Amino acid sequence: MSRLARPRAFLVFVLGLVAIWEGVKLLGGDPLGEWRPPFDWTIARDLNMPHVWDIATAFVEPAQRNGPPLGAVLAAAAGFTLSEAVGGFVFGALLGLVLAVVFVHSALLERALVPYVVASQTVPIIAIAPMVVIWLQAGWLSVAVISAYLTFFPVTIAGIRGLRSPDPRALELMSSYAASRRDVLLKVRLPAAAPYLFAALKVAATASIVGAIIGELPSGIRDGLGGAILNFNQYYISGPSKLWAAILVASVIGIGFFLVVTAAEAVWLRGRSRPADA
Amino acid sequence: MAARAFAARRRVSGALERSRALEASTVVSLSAVHKVFAEGERRTVALEGIELDIARGSFVSLIGPSGCGKSTLLRLIGDLTPTTSGTITVNGKSAHLARLARDYGIVFQAPVLFDWRSVQRNVELPLELGRLPQAERARRAAEMLALVELDGFERHYPWQLSGGMQQRVAIARALSFEPALLLMDEPFGALDEMSRERLNLQLLRVWQKTGTTVVFVTHSIPEAVFLSTHVVVMSPRPGRIVDIIDVDLPQPRNDLTREDPRYFGLVTRVRESLRRRDTHATTDAS
Amino acid sequence: MSRRLRQYLPAAAIFVCVLAGWELVVRAFSVKQFLLPAPSAIVGALLEHRDELGAAAASTLYEAVGGFAIGGVAAIAVALATARWTTARSALMPFAIAANSVPIIAFAPIMNNWFGVLNPLSKMMVVAVLVFFPIMINTVRGLTLVDPASLELMRSYAASELGILLRLRIPNSLPFVLTALKVSATLALIGAIVAEYFGGAQSVLGQYIITEAAFFRFANAWAAVVVASAASIAFFVIILALERLAIPWHASARSPDA
Repeated sequence: MSRLARPRAFLVFVLGLVAIWEGVKLLGGDPLGEWRPPFDWTIARDLNMPHVWDIATAFVEPAQRNGPPLGAVLAAAAGFTLSEAVGGFVFGALLGLVLAVVFVHSALLERALVPYVVASQTVPIIAIAPMVVIWLQAGWLSVAVISAYLTFFPVTIAGIRGLRSPDPRALELMSSYAASRRDVLLKVRLPAAAPYLFAALKVAATASIVGAIIGELPSGIRDGLGGAILNFNQYYISGPSKLWAAILVASVIGIGFFLVVTAAEAVWLRGRSRPADA
Repeated sequence: MAARAFAARRRVSGALERSRALEASTVVSLSAVHKVFAEGERRTVALEGIELDIARGSFVSLIGPSGCGKSTLLRLIGDLTPTTSGTITVNGKSAHLARLARDYGIVFQAPVLFDWRSVQRNVELPLELGRLPQAERARRAAEMLALVELDGFERHYPWQLSGGMQQRVAIARALSFEPALLLMDEPFGALDEMSRERLNLQLLRVWQKTGTTVVFVTHSIPEAVFLSTHVVVMSPRPGRIVDIIDVDLPQPRNDLTREDPRYFGLVTRVRESLRRRDTHATTDAS
Repeated sequence: MSRRLRQYLPAAAIFVCVLAGWELVVRAFSVKQFLLPAPSAIVGALLEHRDELGAAAASTLYEAVGGFAIGGVAAIAVALATARWTTARSALMPFAIAANSVPIIAFAPIMNNWFGVLNPLSKMMVVAVLVFFPIMINTVRGLTLVDPASLELMRSYAASELGILLRLRIPNSLPFVLTALKVSATLALIGAIVAEYFGGAQSVLGQYIITEAAFFRFANAWAAVVVASAASIAFFVIILALERLAIPWHASARSPDA
């Protein structure tokens, strides 16, 4: 795809979504002016699917009586949640990488601990979150830790695979140079692992945002997007558009973080041969 | 079943560029070397009773049927796998100490270049490990790349080069720290015939310029005869040295050498040596 | 057989040591129950409330499996539909990948409002959307990442596009699909529990955990976590068994990363 085709395709896609949304409402939603829809679908009613323009205008209206516009409130909340997510992402990625390096160098530790690394992901963090909040006090740190909990796993698994990926002959070559284990790690294993790690970091980017949002819920933190979603959910009847606006913002930062990591990948892996699949 | 190679005098002219003491001496010496692979219940005798001396400056090929242990023998010299019994001396030290002292460079059948490094940085890899300063590394890398006629490709990445070119980079890398010994494990096996012949000539030129001793594993009889000063013929598993053939073709060798009747005679001699052992071959000679 | 056991020995040893150490620390330092309950307390809670927990687990599993089925079927259907039209597919894939990075869980309140908080369908829909994208993306990869030489072979037999789909692309995609299903199984259960957080019937695991945590009855909450974990692993093992049945010819660990 040419450089212009991507943004253009994106625009077409968004317009298509809007068209489908309003199209569904036209067919089965509430009456609009003179138009009476042929069907009656509960989901398409204005309460459940606000009109696209209603959602758009909700951004500029105050979120609460005499308060700042919703857009500003959500932007601040997004920033807060994003900072927690990035913190969790960094902790989780570092932890994952350290674990991967340890496991690759010690078969014993790997056999002993990897099952628990895997099992850790079967524990719903919604259960761990209250405990973390008590231990670390509700706040930025506790949410970042919860976010890190979701992030470290893909990085560990991808790290193990990537650090083990070099051609055995490359390792023989290093042996012929009497290279130390540290040299082998820094000059062979880590560079070889980079593509695998970036694939995992893209997954981890999303997971960190999810972790941050979920982490805010039991902590009673109102400053972030989790709190905003809970808040607008409670007052859904009076303003469904606000909830949708909050969800839209959450989606944007999710996709945004993912794109940032993708861009970083393109820069870091520049020069290497492009793999056949994306 | 012992056979010894003689300390051959170097008939190579260009190697006098090196300012080392050049007496005829032995670079590699193997004595009563056995190698057995044991995996649980199964014992495979890869090599049996190997006795071999390799003189400084010679070009020695190891040839034999698949599974005869020639690659294993190369790896034993390089201390990449331990002997089961017997002694190996490389450059006056044990094989282990020689590896730690970086007395040899190795080239595999695949180039094994790092795809995240440019050509120049690939050649610099052993120099980095030797903690040479940046300027010195760059100078040597440039020198080596010029030697293999790849100057101008420093900033390219491996995937941009053909298989033959990648192998030349691997050769440049192996020689970048000027080792006494060069070990090569079927380096041209994955290339087409024409590239192979071209690279054979280039390798000989490099050998003459640097004076490095070469131990070269190959499947190809013509290649072995063309390149070497001595051809070591091995038996099928368990690998033993069957014959050591002196290749007294004139140096420097070139395309005309391939048409010399003595060349064909030697190729036939090697082939007969190999065939002599086939009648006693074990079931899995291929 | 003893080799297998030896492999699991370190992990088992850690399990026993950690449990024992945990119990000792809690007793020795009289750690308050709300900070960290002792394993014995958790086991006790597990046994005491086993009926309640069992019912909750069943409800949550119902939501998870239901959502998994809906999402999985939809994902595979969409993947098969787009298998033919390369341009449509390559245009949509980046968006599917981007959509995968949307925090789906944020849609849980919407689903509750659409389908009713007490209706399990609301949680199933969250799970369905959660598993849809990974399964679809990996199925498409499996259908398209075919060895070009195999494609040429099929063309030399004058096979139709349908024939290629049935005899080559679909078998080729099975390892990819099963990898995605394995990952999604765990995701499904976690997703169901987290979705329940935004509101659900009393008798589901998510609500149970929150209620018990809110009342500081952490032994009960942890017991529920153990049950959730076990359910998750059970679901995963079922998919694993499915994999063995569907693709016995494929070394089970050799699946490409999802």
